[in-house]
Amino acid sequence: MFELLGIPPQALFGQLLLGLINGAFYAMLSLGLAVIFGMLNVINFTHGAQYMMGAFAAWLLLGILGIPFWVSLVVAPVIVGLFGIVLEKVLLKRIYHLDHLYGFLLTFGLALVIEGLFQWKWGSSGAPYPNPIPGGFNLGFMFLPTYRAFVVVAALVICLATWYGIERTRLGAYLRAATENPTLVRAFGINVPRLITLTYGLGVGLAALAGVLAAPIQQVSALMGVNLVLVVFAVVVIGGMGSIMGSIVTGFGLGLIEGLTKVFYPPASNTVIFVVMALVLLIKPAGLFGQTK
Amino acid sequence: MTTQRVGYALLIVLALVAPTFAYPVFLMKALCFALFACAFNLLLGYAGLMSFGHAMFFGMAGYFYGHVVKAWDMAPELGLLAGVAGAALLGLVTGALAIRRQGIYFAMITLAFAQMVYFFCIQAPFTGGEDGLQGIPRKALLGGLIPIKDDKVLYYVVLAIFLFGYATIYRVIYSPFGQVLKAIRDNEQRALSLGYEADRYKLLAFVLSAGLAGLAGATKAMVQQFATLTDVAASTSGEVVLMALVGGLGTIIGPVVGAFIIITMQNYLAATGEFVLVIQGAIFVVIVLAFRKGVVGELAEWWKRRRAG
Repeated sequence: MFELLGIPPQALFGQLLLGLINGAFYAMLSLGLAVIFGMLNVINFTHGAQYMMGAFAAWLLLGILGIPFWVSLVVAPVIVGLFGIVLEKVLLKRIYHLDHLYGFLLTFGLALVIEGLFQWKWGSSGAPYPNPIPGGFNLGFMFLPTYRAFVVVAALVICLATWYGIERTRLGAYLRAATENPTLVRAFGINVPRLITLTYGLGVGLAALAGVLAAPIQQVSALMGVNLVLVVFAVVVIGGMGSIMGSIVTGFGLGLIEGLTKVFYPPASNTVIFVVMALVLLIKPAGLFGQTK
Repeated sequence: MTTQRVGYALLIVLALVAPTFAYPVFLMKALCFALFACAFNLLLGYAGLMSFGHAMFFGMAGYFYGHVVKAWDMAPELGLLAGVAGAALLGLVTGALAIRRQGIYFAMITLAFAQMVYFFCIQAPFTGGEDGLQGIPRKALLGGLIPIKDDKVLYYVVLAIFLFGYATIYRVIYSPFGQVLKAIRDNEQRALSLGYEADRYKLLAFVLSAGLAGLAGATKAMVQQFATLTDVAASTSGEVVLMALVGGLGTIIGPVVGAFIIITMQNYLAATGEFVLVIQGAIFVVIVLAFRKGVVGELAEWWKRRRAG
């Protein structure tokens, strides 16, 4: 077998795959954050908690009702998305007229409440979720578990579908128009408040979908989204929230960078994304895909 | 302004006799967090900069204090100084980067840097990782003049440190510098057009706030004799926001009130475990929706209305 800079290929490709999977989650989550921010002007701090709720919904559906993974993949995001819609209707819509800061604080408080309640009910140690497609392929230079390959492909499909939905469909056009100028769009007879509610439900559903995909890989636990959401914030700062495609590319790219760091200099693997953020702030403060206002 | 003076006089008398009826260690912890919250409020309430990563200054200063006093076996004054200087330096670096973005991005950037510092602290050898720095000795202050082994003596030292920090913040807010900060907070474009270099003012405010948060963190390490990961964690950054918010953003005494409320609450609810978080989260939600002025802000409003009507 060949070696690259003294690193055995199994280790290199193994970490690259892990990086790609992490990147898939960064991409899906930062996408949801960007979509919500574009429409609601709120940074959804509850995103990590809603990701966790998606994983929990799948786990509970399986444990209590025996509903298999493939059904949960659709049902769990719908349940959590509906929960998001209730949150928006009851709480979030009261603060749109205020400074961004308050949306941040409100969703932060909500995340504490949700994560605290799940921790109280189910503890923080976490529960395993059975792998729906065990097995894998031997590619010669590495072993590729089928489910992990599926996650990467599924995430790509989800991201591209979201991009298509927003950039290429009529509903997406309404959304973009309402982001630019809500008053004018309302004057055309489009129900903007409903559009906002729908967007939030969609963004939350996206987070929950990521959570369902993560369930068989990670332990399903109340705190699984806590650190993730902080990394995703850094991803969003790096990419800038202006562009959907930008979020996708940045998410996957940073996952890969993290994976490579794990191979070449493991101690920095936790912090490399933040270092990249600092560099981007120095060179292009608006973010890689952001526009300066 | 005489009402304010009488109020302050009463509070100081209360603070002086407090150890006779309250547990001094609790009071000292509350004072440290009160100073921390005031430092945070200097930035958000008066410069309009929302830092969601202030725990990095608070927690790191604790480690600096512990390292200087325990590993280097130096005087506690030097430990405090190291805490303040270290936190201010960290504030200079992170602040210079964070002020390149505005509004909500600023909050996310500070949060991300704090998380980076947190991961650094887990791995760095000098922080003791998961164990933290423990058993930091309480050495006498001023070359042996003030023995701080006794909690009651230490309480007055901590009170003096707190008052020093509070007076510094008071002085800053009512100085011309503080006025410029408020101008930038309210209308940055206009302040710029008047010739004020907004970024410089923001950065100086950030460094000041970081240094004072460091003073609070180092003092806490002196009191509790340990420094742990909890103090650099994101949850601590959230707590200090909560304290300032509960007391009243942009009111000078608000964060002190907020800190005492939250620390007292944590004390009583400690046994309930996860519910502390749930309740803190619920307080965030209620305050943001209904009482954005905080306890002190709402009281001041009520007082104004009563006098007017």
